[in-house]
Amino acid sequence: MIRTEELLLNVGPQHPSTHGVFRIVVKLDGEVITEATPVMGYLHRGTEKIAESLNFTQIIPYTDRMDYVSAMTNNYVLVHAVETMMGLEVPERAEFLRLIVMELQRVASHLVWWGTYLLDIGAMSPFLYAFRDREIIIDLFNELCGARLTYNYMRVGGVKWDAPPGWMDKVRDFIPYMENKLEEYDKLVSGNEIFLARIKGIGKYDAETAIDYGLSGANLRCTGVDWDLRKAEPYSLYSRFEFDVPLGKNGDCYDRYRIRLEEIRQSLRILKQAVRQFPDGGETMGKVPRVIRPPAGEVYVRIESPRGEIGCHIVSKGKAEPYRLKFRRPSFVNLQILPKLLVGETMTNLITILGGVDIVVGEVDC
Amino acid sequence: MSEEKKEEEKALPDGARGAGEAQTPPVDPEREAKLKAAAEARAARAAAKEKADKEAAEAAPPEPKPPSPKQPELERIVELLKRDVSEEAVEDAYVNELNGDMPTVVVRNAHWRPAAELLKRHEELSFRYLRNVSGVDYETHMEVVYHMVSLGTKREAAIKVKTEREGASVYSATPVWATAGWNEREIFDLLGIDFPGHPDLRRIMMPDDWVGHPLRKDYEPLDSEV
Amino acid sequence: MPPWLNEPITWGSALVLFLWAVVFLFIVLGFVTYAIYFERKVIGWMQLRVGPNRVGPLGLFQTVADIFKLLIKEDTIPRKSDRLLFVLAPALAYIPAFTVLAVLPYSQNLYFADLNVGLLYYVALSGISTLAIVLGGWASNNKYALLGGMRSAAQMISYEVPLVISVVGVILLSGSLNLRDIVAAQDGGWFWNWNFLPQMIGFAVFLIAAVSELNRTPFDLPEAESELVAGYHVEYSGFRFAFFMLSEYVYVYAIAALTTVLFLGGWHAPAPFLEFVPGIVWFLLKFAFIVFFLFWIRATFPRIRVDQLMGLGWKVLLPVSLLNVFLTAVYMELFIK
Repeated sequence: MIRTEELLLNVGPQHPSTHGVFRIVVKLDGEVITEATPVMGYLHRGTEKIAESLNFTQIIPYTDRMDYVSAMTNNYVLVHAVETMMGLEVPERAEFLRLIVMELQRVASHLVWWGTYLLDIGAMSPFLYAFRDREIIIDLFNELCGARLTYNYMRVGGVKWDAPPGWMDKVRDFIPYMENKLEEYDKLVSGNEIFLARIKGIGKYDAETAIDYGLSGANLRCTGVDWDLRKAEPYSLYSRFEFDVPLGKNGDCYDRYRIRLEEIRQSLRILKQAVRQFPDGGETMGKVPRVIRPPAGEVYVRIESPRGEIGCHIVSKGKAEPYRLKFRRPSFVNLQILPKLLVGETMTNLITILGGVDIVVGEVDC
Repeated sequence: MSEEKKEEEKALPDGARGAGEAQTPPVDPEREAKLKAAAEARAARAAAKEKADKEAAEAAPPEPKPPSPKQPELERIVELLKRDVSEEAVEDAYVNELNGDMPTVVVRNAHWRPAAELLKRHEELSFRYLRNVSGVDYETHMEVVYHMVSLGTKREAAIKVKTEREGASVYSATPVWATAGWNEREIFDLLGIDFPGHPDLRRIMMPDDWVGHPLRKDYEPLDSEV
Repeated sequence: MPPWLNEPITWGSALVLFLWAVVFLFIVLGFVTYAIYFERKVIGWMQLRVGPNRVGPLGLFQTVADIFKLLIKEDTIPRKSDRLLFVLAPALAYIPAFTVLAVLPYSQNLYFADLNVGLLYYVALSGISTLAIVLGGWASNNKYALLGGMRSAAQMISYEVPLVISVVGVILLSGSLNLRDIVAAQDGGWFWNWNFLPQMIGFAVFLIAAVSELNRTPFDLPEAESELVAGYHVEYSGFRFAFFMLSEYVYVYAIAALTTVLFLGGWHAPAPFLEFVPGIVWFLLKFAFIVFFLFWIRATFPRIRVDQLMGLGWKVLLPVSLLNVFLTAVYMELFIK
């Protein structure tokens, strides 16, 4: 008789493929996972608690640090929530700038995902290719607001900085460049047999499960559910632009991969139209009271971040500080399906599936 | 504290609206007026603690306003809840104007589980997508807010469940929407609301041996200067 | 040297042999040092970077500095490890890597042991390194290391078989297990006489299996840094870690030389009019190309999954290599005999 034992393995908190300080306790039978328990909170900074003692402008930098790969969309969801509460008008130029930076951010965020995902799969080179192209976007942001990662760019009622002269031309030049590079990516990676064998049919779930678990973003659309908040519940100026929502049908890692690459293309399409329609002049800040004091009541707004639906629930008592501020973080919600997906998979697929969900731990833990 | 006062005074000329409201009790008068118009009869049964709010609402000048386009949606939800769950299920219902007329229903805790089933499974409502769960500590009571949407009709609703502060407990919605699982764990962790029926209710953000629930308003931080 | 080996050993001949071994060790160490430098440069260029360029001119002393750092590092042995095996494993990995080099011929006259079962000797000894990896993984008392070690064992067993069978065709064609005779059998003046064309299938299987034997991308599962952190050598540091790395690169050397000998005609020139160039130059060129090829693959491919690796080994490579043996035998029967 051979006595076999299950192996209890701590993947993380320090592990190269958990994308930050995130831990999964897995029970292994050989290399097959029989149980997986995610453990988080290592990066919990109590943003929601801190926010209760800050005014709304002071909270904006904290949102940068939640999803630090996509700080612009986080900025937007907060200022959008406050603007909705106060019924503020945002000048068109400012709204255009916001939309352009958000779409650039989506491209940058998906590039980070693409690079790190391939790094997880074991290919090193694409990571550096992706970062080369992301660097251009980061430089654009740097020129716009003086920061490369945590921008603190948007304000209630507008944006902090107008585009410097020539900035919009650089954005315009970036679009065809990135389109070419996407083709290069496809040639380099998307047809690689090993890569396809690694991700096709892995981490599958159907639309019913995805909705039940409240998944959003590419994680939801890979099952064929047509739900992109930019189209379904348009905010900002998205209703003015033409773009498609890429959908999958198998709900596996491959579909998520295809969707994210296609979303870069669609973002570039939006950018192209936005740059063309960008108003020549105008204000970048609307009329905002000196102290921002939303009326008593509550509001829940949601936008489409690169990772899915990011929401902001503000309860106000008419003070300059929020009474309660809750962020609905897509990474946190999307991650919830992980234990279910992992059972019966191998250690290798753990990395494939976790990478495919696209989490940012700063956002999971908030 | 004195600084805050000063700020308020400065702000007065800017936005009389915001400042004026800051002095009234913490409920939007317009919203309250709406509520009265829509659900006067039902609201009459509201708990005694609502009384103060209502007085404030009566003090505010009643503005005649056209009913919200979402009013029928709200009424339909309330009607279905009352018909299929219980006459007692709905504690309060109003349209949240601040939030694009979001239909908001306050459901009694005792009827919350069957109500959740109904909201999700009923063909007409089919709120299959639970987008957010928040917990709020109102100092007088606790509240859990469920924001849901129907992917087909794009209708939204916010369902609130109120509970006492001491021994706070709300029936878990996790068996209905799997996505509530971690959200409720987070609320349990940070606000100390118990969720009977939750399959795996443990702390999620704070360490397991942490004392207290940080997002409660009476929480004493370990180091108050930080 | 060959006559030395056949005579009874004396103090004098033993000393000479020992000195040659030391000289050769330094040649191999020199190769490893600059293979690592070369790898980092090549991959750097492929990845839009410059690679090492700080230590010494063009960064040429980077590896030297790295090795120096490894040597002066604290030698850590986990308290709960199996101390003896933990210490033994790196040496066990390195010794076979170095001993297999003895049978590799470099040119007509430059070779060490002229063993008539040279190929068999190579295959038999290189299998021992697996044992070292499994031991190292087990002795570390670390779960990642254990998984890496087990993967390595499974992988080596699966790939040793097609590797050996894929060269049977070559053995059939040349009628010898002696590596010098195999090279001699490929002499025809032109490059199409080399085994890689008549033994196309065998060559392909051999290359794939060889990369797998080396535990290099896309078959670097035992150390798979994104899954198993570093696999079997996760607990090793300093000197002992250096030994594992060293044996890995010595195997790169061995496999590149073996491929050159078996399939690329060893020291033969690709065309008769190029024969004025010394054979050793041709050997080194082919050798360098294989080494480059291994590095190139590393910069290009993602990692394969463990079950796919097994599937590829048993379901594809093994039948294909058997088919190759069969086809070669049929060809020999019909045309040569």
